[in-house]
Amino acid sequence: MTEKLGTAPEAGVAPPPTSRVFGLVAFAAVIAAQAYSIMSSPADRDMGHLQKIMYVHVPAAWMAFLAFFVVFIYSVRYLWKQNELHDLIAASAAEVGAVFTGLTLMLGMIWGRPAWGVWWVWDARLTSTLVLFLIFVGYLALRAFVDDSVQRAKWSAAVGAIGAINVPIVYMSVKWWRTLHQPQSTPGTLDPAYTMGLRLNAIAMLLVLIYFIRKRYEIARIERAVEHLAEAQAMGGR
Amino acid sequence: MAFRDDWRRVRAIAMKDLTTELRAKAGFNGVASLAVTILILLGLALGPDAQALRNAAVGAVWLATLFSGVLAFNRSFQVEIESGALEPLLLYPGPRWPIFAGKLLANLIFVGLMVAIVMAVGIVLFGITIPERWVTLLAVAALGVIGLVVLGTFYASMSSRSRAREVLLPLLLFPMLVPVLLAATTASKALLGADLMHEAGAWMRLLIGYDLVFIIATFIAFEHVIEG
Repeated sequence: MTEKLGTAPEAGVAPPPTSRVFGLVAFAAVIAAQAYSIMSSPADRDMGHLQKIMYVHVPAAWMAFLAFFVVFIYSVRYLWKQNELHDLIAASAAEVGAVFTGLTLMLGMIWGRPAWGVWWVWDARLTSTLVLFLIFVGYLALRAFVDDSVQRAKWSAAVGAIGAINVPIVYMSVKWWRTLHQPQSTPGTLDPAYTMGLRLNAIAMLLVLIYFIRKRYEIARIERAVEHLAEAQAMGGR
Repeated sequence: MAFRDDWRRVRAIAMKDLTTELRAKAGFNGVASLAVTILILLGLALGPDAQALRNAAVGAVWLATLFSGVLAFNRSFQVEIESGALEPLLLYPGPRWPIFAGKLLANLIFVGLMVAIVMAVGIVLFGITIPERWVTLLAVAALGVIGLVVLGTFYASMSSRSRAREVLLPLLLFPMLVPVLLAATTASKALLGADLMHEAGAWMRLLIGYDLVFIIATFIAFEHVIEG
């Protein structure tokens, strides 16, 4: 039991607040990038202005996968080094990633209905994004249902790492099963008129992702500091 | 020598679990009955057209297996926890992986028997003709069961010690099993038909790869998880 009190004393200290300026810059960048891309891009030959949804949908999808990659890295690092801060970073990235994955799915459906005529198709990318979302949900549910902080950290690190290993396997299996998605939108597959807008939006979205994770991480550390205090008091110290 | 000792531990734990199960029988009977009930309900929901039932048979059998299998995994750790036996088990000298391997072995036998019953009932209820390549079909089922049991046992080692374990285990486990479900159902469907595309072999390779990856990953992670 002494181990619990002794883990990473710095985790029990509330960090300095995340800079508000960074957040303002991130959101200003999103507004600017959106404004630029909407003004600059011509209406798509087939899709018309429906194409504009790509400027949020595609960067959000990239950020969702990036966030899960962060979860994977910090889960493995936690299992290796048992540093509580890594657990908090992984958890923050998972929460933000779930938001971005949800956003990707919703926007994709809103786009798919007029473009494909259906809300949903069982294609590789859609289905594996949905499965990724469910893995995130499971990860967050596990964290919510476990009270002991050391147990929570170890278990969610294992779930995060193993869940991430599964994502490419899911993708491959669904792809074999059935494939219908149009080629992925990357700067390479796009008409040059749209690439600049997509790049700018991706950078802006990345700033938002970093801001969200940092903010969430800050809150997580304050929560941990409170838990540490409560544990210390319960043990009769301080 | 050391490996021989570990293997004895694995066997001892598997035997212990199976003996408890054999004496009580309530667990297995309950889970197997549930699986058959789910299968019947699926038949009622999807029938009565005979062709539609035949097409849905493989999916129905696998869903019944997943939904009832999930109950078996929590049980295998819950029994330990309820009688306060997990702590002493962890106090025994030696590495922890034999505990996982032993539970895995016991669960494999448990779920394997259950699947045999579910498949037999499925063949009867859904009007399946046993194909020529039934051995391959059994191999697909076995590979699918291994994937299910490896991850099920691993996640149950956590979920059974948490609040709301009944919800948590399926929530964690089912998204992970998407490749198993797709591979096992598609390969079985191909084998029940003519397998004109020769896709069963590719799906079996995917199942083998999946099983190997997660056997390694869960054995590594179990040491961390069981102590918590």
